[in-house]
Amino acid sequence: MLIYILKRMLGMIPAMIAISILAFTVIQLPPGDYVSTYAAQLAQSGETVDSDMLNSLRDRYGLGENVVVQYFKWIGGVVQGDFGQSFEWNQPVTELVWGRMAMTALISFVTLIVMWSFSLPIGVYSAVRQYSAVDYIATAFAFLAMATPNFLLAILLLYVSTMWFGVSVGGLFSPEFVNAGFSLAKVWDFITHAWIPVFVLGTAGTASLIRIMRANLLDELHKPYVEAARSKGMPETRLILTYPVRVALNPFISTVGWVLPALISGELIVSTVLNLPTAGPLLLQALKSQDMYLAGAFILLNGGLVLIGTLISDILLAISDPRIRLS
Amino acid sequence: MTEIQAPILKVRNLTVDFPIHKQVVHAVKDFSFELNRGETLCVVGESGSGKSVTARAILQLVAAPGEITNGQILLSTETGETDIVALGNRGEAIRKIRGRRIAMIFQEPMTSLSPVHTIGHQIIEAIRLHETISKEDARKRAAALLDRVRIPNPDAALDRYSFEFSGGMRQRAMIAMALSCNPEILIADEPTTALDVTTQAEILSLIRELQRDRGMAVLFITHDMGVVAQIADRVMVMFRGEKVEEAGVFDLFENPQQPYTRALLGSVLKLETPGPRPTRPVSEQPIAQIKDLSLHFPLNLGILGKPAAYLKAIDGVSFTINQGETVGVVGESGSGKTTLGRTLLRVYNPTAGQVNYWQGDGSEVDIANLSRRQMKSLYGEVRMIFQDPHSSLNPRMTIYQIISEPLRTNTDMSERQMLNRVEDLLTRVGLPADIGDRYPHAFSGGQRQRISIARAIAVRPRLIIADEPTSALDVSLRHQVLDLMRDLQSEFGLSYLFISHDISVIRYFCDRVVVMKNGKIVEIGDVAQICENPQHDYTKTLISAVPRPNPRLRADAPA
Repeated sequence: MLIYILKRMLGMIPAMIAISILAFTVIQLPPGDYVSTYAAQLAQSGETVDSDMLNSLRDRYGLGENVVVQYFKWIGGVVQGDFGQSFEWNQPVTELVWGRMAMTALISFVTLIVMWSFSLPIGVYSAVRQYSAVDYIATAFAFLAMATPNFLLAILLLYVSTMWFGVSVGGLFSPEFVNAGFSLAKVWDFITHAWIPVFVLGTAGTASLIRIMRANLLDELHKPYVEAARSKGMPETRLILTYPVRVALNPFISTVGWVLPALISGELIVSTVLNLPTAGPLLLQALKSQDMYLAGAFILLNGGLVLIGTLISDILLAISDPRIRLS
Repeated sequence: MTEIQAPILKVRNLTVDFPIHKQVVHAVKDFSFELNRGETLCVVGESGSGKSVTARAILQLVAAPGEITNGQILLSTETGETDIVALGNRGEAIRKIRGRRIAMIFQEPMTSLSPVHTIGHQIIEAIRLHETISKEDARKRAAALLDRVRIPNPDAALDRYSFEFSGGMRQRAMIAMALSCNPEILIADEPTTALDVTTQAEILSLIRELQRDRGMAVLFITHDMGVVAQIADRVMVMFRGEKVEEAGVFDLFENPQQPYTRALLGSVLKLETPGPRPTRPVSEQPIAQIKDLSLHFPLNLGILGKPAAYLKAIDGVSFTINQGETVGVVGESGSGKTTLGRTLLRVYNPTAGQVNYWQGDGSEVDIANLSRRQMKSLYGEVRMIFQDPHSSLNPRMTIYQIISEPLRTNTDMSERQMLNRVEDLLTRVGLPADIGDRYPHAFSGGQRQRISIARAIAVRPRLIIADEPTSALDVSLRHQVLDLMRDLQSEFGLSYLFISHDISVIRYFCDRVVVMKNGKIVEIGDVAQICENPQHDYTKTLISAVPRPNPRLRADAPA
């Protein structure tokens, strides 16, 4: 088991390197370099340009040198936790990124848990009572939810809650809590705000997971091992939960691998609509204003988040299925 | 069993219906029988005869939309009798009978155990469902049960998963699970059909032994008359949901009353003797000569991609197929016989060796080293027939499309010519000529195998590789298909490589036999010599393990 996890982690290294090269390519794409843009910006606002400082910055990022050298200087900094400077915010990228990434990770994680906790029981019920009223309702909901674009749902919810209920739902916190320290009141405030992005982000995923669970379980329900367990005299509910559901769970668990990237890219649009303090809107802003070290950092970290999600799903799979663990 | 014994189970007028497409199919019709304590009652019949449905009805396991619509299943208890039909298929009353008083083992040992739970978990669970007993005690009992069914190292085996066991071992574990609560009745639904003959012999003797030890009644369902002769005390023959005949095993085999029983026994006994074969010419012309053929699959790829070991699926095999000859290949599962057939057609590429083939125009080629394009022209001369007629025909193609496909790729016939050829072929294999526009699902297994044969002979091949073409068919259809293949052989001068695990089919159909084990040839020779006077120990075991359809050959047969 330990060897399995170690192998998986080793496999992540080349993927991570590939992502870093990709992120670096994005940084390199705009014409000119970051320091000359910075100097131009300073000159424009009428400040004096300190050429010593500019030279030290050039030296720091190896500008003007070979692209490969620049990459290694950049990645060398990243490894030590230095993602470079955001010229738009005039702050180190590191300071800007972590809070936002943490929010993205939190929202994605909460959404994933909510998706699982709804789709699992509904999917199981749908399969066991195939063609019942509940199954038809779940199916209708699933198709509708999969077909509705996320941002439309977000706008709809914003409209409904503001116009009908008079509740402001933008952001993740009420203004008075944004800079407050941790408290139970803040957690409650988070919950009252977070349900909307979680609902918007999770609806389509929940719908497709219901369909996946239903299809998987329908395949398993008529397998001989279910009949054999029934012939032992097992009560029906316990039988279904311990045998076929357990086996049908496999493809379900491996969905983390694709759900997470889908969540993160979906989050960009939804967060922009809902004005959430997550990574998405900042990444969009950074790309628009060519704040490339900031954009590169987000791409790198998002990639890392997806890899970690895949690792988690692999480990969960190994725990649930001995065939994977032992082969 | 001569003494009269009290019945433990009485089935009265059982009817099971399956409503399908607004029609009702009576899977079991007005079926009555009694099962006595301590006896083995065999239910025998061909596919679709309702024998499995009957077995499931007794435990209320009939799958929807099937339904018991009439009759009683009376299980005798201390206080009288319980009607299982009245208990319904849910609830505590029926669950207390399942596993506790009546246990069941199934046909597919590969899939009848959960792949994600240990063997021990599943047996201990069965025990603790019916008895209040600590986990430790249940575990001890489970280990003792595994020991009883002769699984080596039982305590360690409890913590292993079913996929770590072979088919025979899984069926032993399944039997241990069924016996865990000392049931009075064991229902065995084709428990050895998916196993090799040698494993089958072991499992059959294990079931008999356990039955005697425990005085269990066994309801044994099978389609194999050989197995019936080995294990039954009494036999019921079923046909289309109805009981045709019921008799003691000796009476049934020696004095069958009903025409259906006689026909069934006749087709079994026909395969017991070699079929009529044309005499071989004195000087043989080889059509294919296989020399030192090997196929090794690399195992355990290391970090640098260097295999740590090889699976030797075929390991230095050499033999010759002569023109107009039928060479049988026999062996247990995993012996490499199927892989051999596929390697000859380059489904797999051999890792070493030669396959010299003499083409119709007299030129000689080495199939093992042909390019992909050169192989294409060869597919017009060498064809294949597969085991499973249900999955080897594309369900979305019409019969005409299926049979004409090799003509389309290997000849330049016009549509008109192909239409005529397909009609000829259908007539030749004993099917109506006008079925070309229908789809495979409209046909039974035997008819589909005839369609497969028509497809194989469509391009007038010279060599046909037939991989278990009869093993998915009912016994009454087997010799019909074999007779058809033999007629086609004399008509077109075909040569066959006939792969089978069934030595009686080989004896009926082949001129020479190759016996394979672990990718190697252990023995090769004339069919009569191999079957009557095998030299190698493995061949002897293989032949003696085949259950013969003669109850007088049993160890416990009365003189």
